[in-house]
This record gives sequence, C-alpha cells and structure tokens, in this order.
Amino acid sequence: MKRRIMLFKPSVIISNLAAWIIAFIWLLPFIGLFMTSTRPFEEVVLKGWWSIIGDYTIKNYIEVLKNQQYDLYTGFKNSLIVALPSTVMPLIIAAMAAYAFSRFSFIMKNLLFILILVIMAIPQQTMVIPLFFLLKSMGLLDKLLGVILIHSSWGIAWITFFMKNYFSMLPRDVEEAARVDGASYATIFFKIILPISIPAIAAAAAIQFTWVWADFFFALIFLYSPENMVITQKVVAIKGQYHIDWGLLSAGSILAMIPPIIIYAALQKYYLRGMVGWVTGKG
Amino acid sequence: MAQKNKAYRSIRLREFKRAYSFLLPAMILLAIFVIYPIIGTIIISFEGESSLTLDNYIAVLTEKSPSKALILTDNIGKTPPWGALVHNIVWIAIHVPVTTFLGLILAYALVHVYGRSIVKSLVFLSMVIPMVVGGLIIRFIFDAQVGVIPRLFSLIGLEGLSRTWTAYPQTALFSLIIGSIWLWLGFSLTIHSAAVDSIPKSFIEAARIDGASELQIFRHIVAPSVWPATLTVMVMTLLWDLKIFDIVYAATQGGPGGSSTVLAYVMWLYFARALDYGKAAATAVILTILTLIAASYMIRRSLRGG
Repeated sequence: MKRRIMLFKPSVIISNLAAWIIAFIWLLPFIGLFMTSTRPFEEVVLKGWWSIIGDYTIKNYIEVLKNQQYDLYTGFKNSLIVALPSTVMPLIIAAMAAYAFSRFSFIMKNLLFILILVIMAIPQQTMVIPLFFLLKSMGLLDKLLGVILIHSSWGIAWITFFMKNYFSMLPRDVEEAARVDGASYATIFFKIILPISIPAIAAAAAIQFTWVWADFFFALIFLYSPENMVITQKVVAIKGQYHIDWGLLSAGSILAMIPPIIIYAALQKYYLRGMVGWVTGKG
Repeated sequence: MAQKNKAYRSIRLREFKRAYSFLLPAMILLAIFVIYPIIGTIIISFEGESSLTLDNYIAVLTEKSPSKALILTDNIGKTPPWGALVHNIVWIAIHVPVTTFLGLILAYALVHVYGRSIVKSLVFLSMVIPMVVGGLIIRFIFDAQVGVIPRLFSLIGLEGLSRTWTAYPQTALFSLIIGSIWLWLGFSLTIHSAAVDSIPKSFIEAARIDGASELQIFRHIVAPSVWPATLTVMVMTLLWDLKIFDIVYAATQGGPGGSSTVLAYVMWLYFARALDYGKAAATAVILTILTLIAASYMIRRSLRGG
C-alpha cells in the first residue's frame, strides 16, 4: 500500500520523466547518424533524417569500405592490428610491475610510483616531438609497429596503477602457502595471481582497447601513408574541406564506433569498473 | 656485526633483484617511449639559436595571429577568437560545472527511475565512441542542412542560430562546448551514481520519515556524502578540457578564423603545419604545467592511498 503511494509522488514522476527525456536526447544524435547513413542523401536533405518513410540503402557503407578514396576497410584492419597487441602487451608488462609495487619493497619505490601518477596526467602533446625523431631514426615512422610500441608504453602507467590497487586487495594466504611449498615468485605470479585477477584484467583490457582504438593524435603524428592510416584518420578524411557528404561520413562514423560499442555492450560491468578504477584506483 | 651487516645486505640485494626483475620490462618501455620524450620536449622548448633561452615561450605567449594565439588581449569581450588558452578556460568554466551538476542530480534522480540501468547505459554510450567521431557528430547535430539544432531554431525563427553553428565565429566554440557536455555526461553520471549507491539507504529513509523534502535530502545528505566523487569528476573533466583536441580537429579545425582553437590544437599547428618544433614544444610544456597543477589533487590523493 505504502509503496503504491510512493510511486505516484510528484518527485518520482518528475524524476522518471526527466531521466527518460535526457536518455532520449542523448540517444538522438546516434539515431540521426544511423538514419542518415541508411537513407539516400537527397531524401535526408529534403525531408530530414527523422522522416522514416522512404528508401533505405547500404550503399554508403559499401562505398566507404570499398572505394579507394575512403578505404575504411584498410583503416579498420590497421586499427585492429594496432589495438590488439597494444592491449595485450602493456597488460602483461604492467601487471608484473604492479605485482612488484604491491608485494615487494625496493629502492625508489615511492619515486617510481609518483612518476607513474605523473605520466598518467601528462598530455600526449608533450611526447610526440622527440618520439617523431626517435621513430624516424629507428625506421619505425609511418609503421604500425611504431605506434604499437608507443601505445603499449603509454598504457603501462595507468594499468600499473589500476592493477596495483587490485593486487593490494587480494588475500595473501594462498601465495604464502605456495612460497612455503617452494614456488618461485614468477610461478606464483603467472599460475596464481594472474588467473584470479581475470576480472581486473578484463576491465583494464576493455578500457585500454577502447582508448587505443579511439586514439587519433598519435596516429595523426606518426602515420601518414594512406595504407598505414587507422580508422579514426580515415573517417575524418571522409569529411571534405567545404562539401560534406553526410551519407558517407555518417556510415564511416558508425563503422568506427562498432568495435568499442560491442566491447562496452559485452563487458559493461568490467568496463564501468575499469572506468571507476582508473580515476579512483578502486577496482 | 660485520657478518650480520653482510647478511642484511645480501637480503636487500636479493629483494632488489626480485623487485626489479618484475619491473624491468615496464621501466625499459617507459624510459624509452615516455620519459625520454618528455625530457626531450622540455629541452627543445628552451633551445634557441645558440644557448638556452625563453624565446619560444615569449613568442608563443605573445603570438597575435588568431589561429595560433594563446591570448588575444585586444579582442577580449567581443566574440571569439580570444586565443586558445582563453578558449580552454571558457570551455572549463562552462563545461565543468554543467557536467558535474547535471551528472550529480541525474544520479540521484535515477534512484527512483524505472529502467535506470538502461538510462545509464544510453547516457554513457557517447563516452565509448572515439572522440573524433564525437566531433563529427557535433558537426552533424549543428549542421544547417541535416542537423536538429539549427532546424529547431529556424522553427522558432532565430536566424542567427538556424545556420551551421561550427561555421561562424560567434557560435563555433559554443557548439563544441555544448557537444562536449553530451559527450562527457556519462562519466559524471557513472562516478556519481556509484557514490550515490554507496550511501546507506537508512540515512535517506530516516530523513524521509522525519519529513524532509527530496530537495532537502539532496542538499543535506546526498550532495555532501558524494562530495569526494564530485571533486573527482570536476578534476577529471577539467583535465579532459585542457587536453581536448580530437573534437576540435574533427568538427572545426580550430576555425573559423581561429575562433575555436585550443592549446593542444595550437601545439599541433606549430608542429605539423609550421614545423616550428621549439614553439610546439613550448606550447606543449605550457599545457603540461596546467595539466599537472590540475592533476596534483588526484596525485596527492592516490599517494595517500584513498
């Protein structure tokens, strides 16, 4: 009885209304983009993307993927080639470092930890000038490998921070028992710690992959041949200087956001945990 | 005594080896691809003709061309361009309070909302997409030909706002700022929501039984107990606004006439367009200093382990 009265309190009605209106407004640009990408552009211009009656087509998608001028297929492939190792490599390396931070005492520990926090805050712009010349001298400029190395190094800082907090919360009795049985620290780390840290690893992997996939600045500086560009570069390139074909641009934008949205949908719980852990350090 | 010392030292050495065998791969990559370039940028920013100077900094700060200026002192008060640094500050002044506050009230309102997890997911969606795509979407919703917002204003009959916002100096910067609220609200909502959920239900129930209104509960119980989260959201939003680049590049290219430039964009112009590495480095260092000042709160809190 009491619950039912609660349901019709004005504040409850207003909350529901306001929340759903905001949710609708926040979704609207995506709907608009999707409608524009699936309708002939003349119809969109004439009647607006919100008119749902008319022709639908996947012509725009085929065009941006296949036409050599846009070639989103190559961008998509390159982004995957960059994002997968740039997720796996820093995860393993940073997890090892995080284990050292959470279990051992060593010289300069505090200093190194401060360094990691500072790196997390520093903008990408601060690194690219010397990196440009470093990659050039290594022969890695305009190569996907160069960008993979940079993303992997860049990701180490925040993943170390994130995993350290997770490891610090793990109970230690299993590790101690393994030590008594004569297991080495390497064995303990790879056979015990990593397997029980799967939730944290999934969270960090979801965020790191999304970030690398979404990166534009590093790619803009270090990759410039059309065959080496990643998806974010290719999508922006669809937009002409003066004329914009919104049909093509919206189709390209949708393609570029599919992998991160799939990851978010599939790993939502981990994703949000990673996001909260990234800022608060509490996985 | 000496023997004990020796034993102690060998234990320390073993600990050292053990720790650094775990740290070594991370340290090598960080040293080559992060630390070295940061130091390099600082050095380049002070490099002059023959010796170390402040010339780059002076040149960057007193630059007068609208597309690269950091502060255009003779144009403050009128419409943009005001200079990249001023644009960043205006961005922060609008974006930080709006996003923080909207996320906070929405997080509390959601407690009573049916399907709140769906609302949360929908609002968070714009956080997931690449920010260049976010910039293109901003360009899209403010486009006179296809966008919703100019169409709405043309219905009301406001001529000045029914054209493509990103193409005019009066509106370009503000369309980006409004768009960034859309992009970033999901972050504020998520962090606040986690904090609201951790308030003990009994607190709010007790206040309600005592006859407190929703507004009073919000002001005196909810807002104070989530304050650490609010502070986190404000600092992170501020940091994001300082480093903003992708949105600007995708939506306006800093234009028209430099009316929507930001620090990171000017740095890129110096680097990639002017090939002036000294000035690019100086701009990057200025951006870094601002970022570190803002981040010092987060860094200190993390060191306390909180």
